[in-house]
Amino acid sequence: MSKIRIATTSLAGCFGCHMSFLDMDERLVALLEHVELNRSPLTDIKHCDPCDIGLVEGGLCNADNVHVLREFRANCKILIAVGACAINGGVPAMRNHFNLRECLEEAFLNGVGVDNPQIPNDIELPLLLDKVHPLHEVVHIDYYLPGCPPSADEFLSVLGDLLEGREPALPKNLLHYD
Amino acid sequence: MSAEANMTTTNTVTPNTINIDGQDIPFKNGQTIMDAALAAGVYIPHLCHKPGLTPHGSCKLCTVDIGSRSMSTSASDRRTQTKFSVDIDRRSVSACTTPAVAGQQISNDTPALNEVRKTITQMLFIEGNHLCPACEKTGNCTLQAVAYHLGMLDGHFPQFFPRREVDASHPTVMLDLDRCILCELCVRASREVDGKNVFAIAGRGINAHLIVNSPSGKLVDSDLETGDMAVHICPVGAILIKEHGYEVPIGRRTFDLHQVGEIGLEPVILAKARHTNE
Repeated sequence: MSKIRIATTSLAGCFGCHMSFLDMDERLVALLEHVELNRSPLTDIKHCDPCDIGLVEGGLCNADNVHVLREFRANCKILIAVGACAINGGVPAMRNHFNLRECLEEAFLNGVGVDNPQIPNDIELPLLLDKVHPLHEVVHIDYYLPGCPPSADEFLSVLGDLLEGREPALPKNLLHYD
Repeated sequence: MSAEANMTTTNTVTPNTINIDGQDIPFKNGQTIMDAALAAGVYIPHLCHKPGLTPHGSCKLCTVDIGSRSMSTSASDRRTQTKFSVDIDRRSVSACTTPAVAGQQISNDTPALNEVRKTITQMLFIEGNHLCPACEKTGNCTLQAVAYHLGMLDGHFPQFFPRREVDASHPTVMLDLDRCILCELCVRASREVDGKNVFAIAGRGINAHLIVNSPSGKLVDSDLETGDMAVHICPVGAILIKEHGYEVPIGRRTFDLHQVGEIGLEPVILAKARHTNE
């Protein structure tokens, strides 16, 4: 039987969800007998082939995030929003209280210890969005995996359900938002 | 048993009992459905209710369905004259404000009601700024615990991301309106228990917001004190006590160890808020 193909990415997140994914430790060995990783920071493959499952960490804070999310949606049969930021914007969305210019000025002009103050404007930098958005406001999301980060057990629960052809149903004792 | 005898049995109403999800529950005159349920150890989800304070009926999480109530309908009742067959006695009510009446057949823990409650909870989340990982109340937050109870995985609706102010003027108490769910528990606790009237709700609909009764509108100019019940009753992280953050690590807090549906938890939560070192 061919393996289930999974892609992962971190958008406006902190890679904490990916670290938590790796917290599966030795259970990863058993998982990788059924699963192969496609586009992912763990493989360094740069673009998605058609995949069965996409795990997306982080919300949307710039144009590149939106581009990557759309690539995942176009290529993954099942897209899962992983972690608080993907689900409601999370900590990055705390900048939504302020306008973008205020944030940039605070970080790059007026911040404590700023040397050579200037707002970065290199052409290679993706344009920032006005506000940080959760994933489901831009593409359809099939399942949600809450937590900051979701525990390795949560990843295993949802992936296990999908591998065995069941509708994912997160046990209540694993459900947490922090 | 014949069908007739069976009907007679089910129609027999024991005096002063209501029936919730098939379980007979005694009540005393004057008790609400919520009072009777809590006393009998039956959990009805709620956020704006706290035993001892005047019921408010605003969060609507305790919505239950009453199948038949003790009331007579005459032939002239216009509700019986529709061309559709409707159960005119079936209605949805707030358990915290509806008096218990003998013979009420109440549905509480049903998939349909819990789905509606989950939608209400999702709306509470997206209307404010409820970022649990960045909130000191996480793990002790009743809104969060109710969302866990209902199996809420996402906010479903587009986030409002409203811009609301923090009032950090008071020396020992902080007010973060980002997380206020307008349950009015602090309003009632201040008025009914503390005898002070520190808080109120102003505005209507989406413009409703918590205000402070002081000349400047700031907490520092109110007569709020750390020992007031109003300070400790907040079910979310809107009212926090300064300099007592993260004393209990995340993972060992009330709702990390308990389910919100465990009855008798309310005094535990209040006691914990008052004596954080316990």
